[in-house]
Amino acid sequence: MIEVGLNHFLVVSSLLFSMGIYAIVTRKNAILVLMGVELILNAANINFIAFSRFGNFGLQGHLMALFVIVLAAAEAAIALAIVLNIYKTLSTVNIDEVDNLRD
Amino acid sequence: MDYTYTAIFYLFAAITLVSGFFVVTNRNIIYSAFFLLFTFFGVAGIYVLLGADFVAIVQLIVYVGGILILLLFGVMLTNKITNVEIKTGTINVIPAILGVGFLSGTLIAALVVSDWKKNPVGAPQATTAMLGRLLIEEYVLIFELLGIILLIALIGAASIARRQKA
Repeated sequence: MIEVGLNHFLVVSSLLFSMGIYAIVTRKNAILVLMGVELILNAANINFIAFSRFGNFGLQGHLMALFVIVLAAAEAAIALAIVLNIYKTLSTVNIDEVDNLRD
Repeated sequence: MDYTYTAIFYLFAAITLVSGFFVVTNRNIIYSAFFLLFTFFGVAGIYVLLGADFVAIVQLIVYVGGILILLLFGVMLTNKITNVEIKTGTINVIPAILGVGFLSGTLIAALVVSDWKKNPVGAPQATTAMLGRLLIEEYVLIFELLGIILLIALIGAASIARRQKA
C-alpha cells in the first residue's frame, strides 16, 4: 500500500472544493449555496493544514485555518440574516427567483 | 502501524467525500444538512491525521456546534414547517457537471504533478500551547481584528435579521 502523503490530502481537498463549486452552481436554495461555500472553506483548510505539516511552515497553516473558521462563522451568521430577510420580503429563498434588480 | 494510519486516512476521506457528495446531490434540504454533519466530522478526522489537534476540536465546536445549527435554523425558518417534503430544485446540472469535472481534473493534475518541496515529517506534537503563544505574540493584531470582526458581524446580523417596523 502506498504511504499516505501530501498528495492524498490534496486530492481529497480538490474533490471537496469541486463539490462545493457544484453546489453553488446548481442549487436553487440559498441555504444550500451557503453549504457549498462551507465545503469550499473546509477544502481550503485541509490544504492549509496539509502544507503546514508537510512543508516547513511551523504552525502558521494551523493559524490560517483558525482564522478561516472564525471568518466562516461570521459569514454564515450574516448570510443567514440576509437569507431570512429575503424570505420575509419575497417569500422565497430560491436565488433564481430573486431577480428584482433585473427589471 | 503504518497500515493503521493509511486505513484511517481512507476511512475519513471516504466519509468526507461520500457525505459531501450526498450534500450536493440530495434533493431534501434537511438530509443535506445532516450529511454536512458527517462531512465536517470527516474533515475533523483528517485534521487529526495531519497532527492538528486544536484545529480539529475547533472544527467540531464551531462547525458542528455552531454553523451547522445555524444552517438548520435557516432551513426551518425559510420553509413552511407543515410541508414535510422540503425539496429544492437544481439548475444548470449538465454544464455544471462538465465544468466541475474539468475543474477537479485540472486541480488534481496540477497539485499532484507539482513537485512540492518536502520536509521530513516527525511525529505530531501537541499544538495548543504553541498556537496560544503565536496568537498572543506574533499574530496578536490579527487576533484582535478577528474579535472586532466577530463583534461587528454579530451586531450586523442581529440588526439585519430583526423585523423592521415599517
